[in-house]
Amino acid sequence: MKLAGFLLLLAGWIIVAAAVILLLPANARIAFALAGVAVEILGLTLVIRANPRPAGERE
Amino acid sequence: MTSVPAPIFTAETAVLVVSILLAPLAIAGIALINTGLGRSRSAAHSLLASLCIFAVAAGVYVVCGFAWQGYGGAPAYAFSAAGRDWNWLGRSPFFLRGMELDGSALSLCACLQIFSVGLAALIPLGACLDRWKLSAACASTALFAGWTYPLFAHWVWGGGWLAQLGMNAGMGRGVIDAGGSGTIQAVGGLTALSLAWILGPRRGKYSPEGMPTAIPGHNAVLILLGCFLAFAGWLGLNSAGALLFTQTSPGRIVLVAINTALAAGGAILAAVFITGVRFGRPDVSISANGWVGGLVASSASCAFVSPVEALFIGAVAGALVTYSVEWFELHLGVDDPGGAISVHALGGIWGLLAVGILAFLHPAAEGLPGAAPGSTQWLAQIVTVATLLGFVLPLTYGLNAALDRIWPQRVAIEGERQGLDLYELGAGAYPEFVTHSEEFTQLR
Repeated sequence: MKLAGFLLLLAGWIIVAAAVILLLPANARIAFALAGVAVEILGLTLVIRANPRPAGERE
Repeated sequence: MTSVPAPIFTAETAVLVVSILLAPLAIAGIALINTGLGRSRSAAHSLLASLCIFAVAAGVYVVCGFAWQGYGGAPAYAFSAAGRDWNWLGRSPFFLRGMELDGSALSLCACLQIFSVGLAALIPLGACLDRWKLSAACASTALFAGWTYPLFAHWVWGGGWLAQLGMNAGMGRGVIDAGGSGTIQAVGGLTALSLAWILGPRRGKYSPEGMPTAIPGHNAVLILLGCFLAFAGWLGLNSAGALLFTQTSPGRIVLVAINTALAAGGAILAAVFITGVRFGRPDVSISANGWVGGLVASSASCAFVSPVEALFIGAVAGALVTYSVEWFELHLGVDDPGGAISVHALGGIWGLLAVGILAFLHPAAEGLPGAAPGSTQWLAQIVTVATLLGFVLPLTYGLNAALDRIWPQRVAIEGERQGLDLYELGAGAYPEFVTHSEEFTQLR
């Protein structure tokens, strides 16, 4: 799940970068960039949830 | 597009030199804060690690980092898309070859960057206190200063694609990050988050039920002295960054200094107020973290916002740090003794976004360069934050996870029990405080 989260983070960033580099109409650029950010948030959530809650050992 | 100004005047050079020479105080301040927030049995290790990290970062950066970071107008690797060229990596000579170290703008830029990379590389130590091997810290720093930092710094300060968003895509004047909220602080803070995940929490930090226990910092005086030093260092960092990377006129240094002070002030007041209300009394370590959070958040916008706006940015940063320190520890299970993730990653990201929000709210504001009506400066700032989360975080996690496979970064269990001072250095930071049983025997 952690790997999937990091892949989603990368995918979101690629969407954002592609939107601002390739798209010319301002509205489309903004929409795709924000969609990419949403994918990143999903990826970040997955990465965070994939890290197990730490528990100390019993003495 | 960001570029180093060509003409250098004597007065401007003097202001720049003084500003740059103040910057190492930020490194000293962060080192003291980290040490104070750690355990007494690892205090000497923390300060020695700070010096070693700076040394490795400066060395590696001179070897290859500055070449890959480059500067505005220097040769760079570029790709073409939609009929425009986008720079993605600097192509200057290694070892600073060919650079005249004579007080030119370029040489001053290189000097500032050596201090900046040292500061950025020091940030992860705050999240890894009491459990990070000295050798692993040096190896991780080499990766950071040789690749992660220069790559992102090229994109923002070296004329890379984020700086070109203004010229190529009409987004204001590209990303604005005068003092390094994103380039120095957020990159360092996200590396701290990666390392905190990889290393895991300190032994004894969480109960078997998963509840965090308080391990208070060992020296409040070091923490607060570090805050003062950091403030002086940030004055230099923000001033020099504004002059070199945003072409701010030397006269605006006054505004930069006032904004830096107000942001830090707003942040610590917010932290003192919130902790005072929640816990009954102000908390020293969280308030100190709030202070640094305000400094971090002030960096991006220091030359472009009014003093009142700087106060607001700082107050939000102070509140953000106060709540997020607890959130990371309690809900995410991230043990960050120095608060590095909250202060530098979240504070830095907030600093970047604050520029965009203010440019959006006041599109014709005097001082916000390129923020003309209809401009999408805010989008450039969001794209930069998206790059930090979507590219820098996976990159730095991947590099450090690979390093951990080859060279385990966490100290052995015995080292954590003894403390890193005894285990790795062979002597404690405070030997006179050791109680020797034979002294009591002789007194009887």
